[in-house]
Amino acid sequence: MTMAASIVPARRKPKGKVTLAHGGGGKAMRDLVEGVFVEAFGMGEAPLEDQARLVPPEALLSGGRLAMTTDGFVVDPLFFPGGDIGKLAVWGTVNDLAVGGAIPHWLSVSMIIEEGLDIEVLERVADSMREAADLAGVRIVTGDTKVVARGGADKLFVTTAGVGVIPAGRDLGAHLVQPGDVALVNGYLGRHGAAILAARGEMMLETAIESDCAPLNGLMEAVLSAAPRTRCARDATRGGLASLLNEVAAASGTGFAIEEARLPLEAEIRGFCEVLGFDPLYLANEGRLAVFVPPDQADAALAAMRDHDHGREAAVIGQVTKGPAGRVVMNTAFGGSRIVDMLVGDQLPRIC
Amino acid sequence: MKYIDEFRDPALAKNLFRRIESLVGPAGGTKEKPLQIMEICGGHTHAIFRYGLDKLVPAALEFVHGPGCPVCVLPMSRVDDCIEIAERENVIFCTFGDAMRVPGTRKSLMQAKAEGCDIRMVYSPLDALELARRNPDRDVVFFGLGFETTMPATAVTIRKAAADGQTNFSVFCNHILVPPPLRALLSDPQMRLDGFVGPGHVSMIIGTEPYRFIAEEFGKPLVVAGFEPLDLLQAIVMVLQQLAEGRAEIENQYARVVPANGNPHAMAAIEAVYEPRSSFDWRGLGEIDRSGVKIRPDYAAYDAEVKFCVGYGAGKAAGREPEGCRCGDVVKGLIKPPACPKFGGECVPERPLGALMVSSEGACAAYYQYGGTRREEAA
Repeated sequence: MTMAASIVPARRKPKGKVTLAHGGGGKAMRDLVEGVFVEAFGMGEAPLEDQARLVPPEALLSGGRLAMTTDGFVVDPLFFPGGDIGKLAVWGTVNDLAVGGAIPHWLSVSMIIEEGLDIEVLERVADSMREAADLAGVRIVTGDTKVVARGGADKLFVTTAGVGVIPAGRDLGAHLVQPGDVALVNGYLGRHGAAILAARGEMMLETAIESDCAPLNGLMEAVLSAAPRTRCARDATRGGLASLLNEVAAASGTGFAIEEARLPLEAEIRGFCEVLGFDPLYLANEGRLAVFVPPDQADAALAAMRDHDHGREAAVIGQVTKGPAGRVVMNTAFGGSRIVDMLVGDQLPRIC
Repeated sequence: MKYIDEFRDPALAKNLFRRIESLVGPAGGTKEKPLQIMEICGGHTHAIFRYGLDKLVPAALEFVHGPGCPVCVLPMSRVDDCIEIAERENVIFCTFGDAMRVPGTRKSLMQAKAEGCDIRMVYSPLDALELARRNPDRDVVFFGLGFETTMPATAVTIRKAAADGQTNFSVFCNHILVPPPLRALLSDPQMRLDGFVGPGHVSMIIGTEPYRFIAEEFGKPLVVAGFEPLDLLQAIVMVLQQLAEGRAEIENQYARVVPANGNPHAMAAIEAVYEPRSSFDWRGLGEIDRSGVKIRPDYAAYDAEVKFCVGYGAGKAAGREPEGCRCGDVVKGLIKPPACPKFGGECVPERPLGALMVSSEGACAAYYQYGGTRREEAA
């Protein structure tokens, strides 16, 4: 059943807590869907149906390709410094489209709600999603809600899917990365992981670290117009920059040489990692990407990033090498070198 | 970052490397027969690989990675005991995160958790005590693990539990001591170590006195060191200086943190709560006399071994090490990790066969993760 199940006007705004009745398909569900989600998302000008009906954008009609992606969000806590599950769910999917060179257009939202959740929490998440969608220039066009009994889920899980258009002539992918290419990142690393850990309170650390979560489609367009021969871009989410580099190195059959001294790391994150024994290269981000560009376009890409709100602390971090394939080496500030491997073992659970 | 970057200054490091270079010959090291210096502590092993120090020192000097990673030397039978406790009805089993993946003979705590045991990762024994307070109907067991560094925190928690009458809390004590295995290693006729870098954090508790036998009975130098790269390099210079001058003494590079007599308050807490076991089983090294502690009878109510009838004295045979695993030879410094036939193939960090592959402080995991070309040598 979809959020758009009814075209009858909402009778009253629901209050209190979500009960199993809100998932039952009856009046209570209709009130919840219309009072919370349709109200927040304002799903377009047309009356809502069981499916979104979309007009193809110009870029698609003139030879572009569709791009589609989906992602589930189970972050705990739901609200944290710098963001919340709603922003993550919208921007995470927007970013997955953007790093492929797609211009994101439409999102669907599916909510799994645990019985007992305050409806007010749901409203805050829905409002946040609307705000996030507006900032990223995308529309939430369809959705679904399910309510599960207490213990069947934890508070709220959100899944989004997104569709965008890759304009004709644009092709990005790890297979295009070549030795000699330059790797850049768009800002300070590790904020999201650190913010979530601090917000959980288990470490009893007080920090002012905020999540870096942000929509990256605007930044990507700026980079692509400044450096049109950009080979590949990836967002550095779970597993951090280290995992991203390993994935791209493996997929492209190249190696990377990263310079530790050039990594954008701020004192607060370095201190957090020193105290807790984390490596900032493995901490999660939600608004960071790496791009790989030919050497003659590196300056242009860097300048475009630094001109953008989400790229002020952008930096060139290293170079693509001949390999061995899949090998990421970091030249330490100390004069040594070490391998930066994929994260092994305990990924911090429920970080996004 | 203040107070950190000063200890990672590349220019200062260059000076120290030059001094190491000039001292290693007079100290007796050659390319054919390198000097063997053992860093006892897993924290040092990790730092050596993280900063690539092993590749920056001359070939006439070799690091041997010692037994100072508590997760790595934990025998499988003790993991089995943990799981036996965790599988009991009504138990919440609390552990530090790095013990989750240590393989037991049947499974790891991680697998037991997936099968439904209530196993929680905590950051401090006091978190476990707090869990006991909040769950009065459950039996909360803390997996006490580590050397003299973590012993005081567990001791203080046990005393607090006793003072509060928190009888649904107990500790499965696996605390072990640093000096006894060093004596065992030095007494092993196969060993040919030339000197030691001593553990900084352990020494902060016990001071430098307990290492005296290493210099006096075995004629080897030991220098207690901090954990930053410059600390380690300076400690190596100090060891080489002693060797070059024919001295064998206990020296302290980490005087900014380690007082010669340790921390008397922490030692008093240790003394009050624990007593030595007649012997303790070390993975790869076997039984070592008086190398572990147990909880004193005064605190028996908080001793999970007594409460759940597991571990020493419970009459169970010790678990066998996996076939072909050479963790023991690595811990003794007889072989480097890549020389083990299981390294990198059947034994990798995501599926560890031997304990040295589990913790980031384990020599094998450090080699695997940071080891550079060495990984190909093993392949």
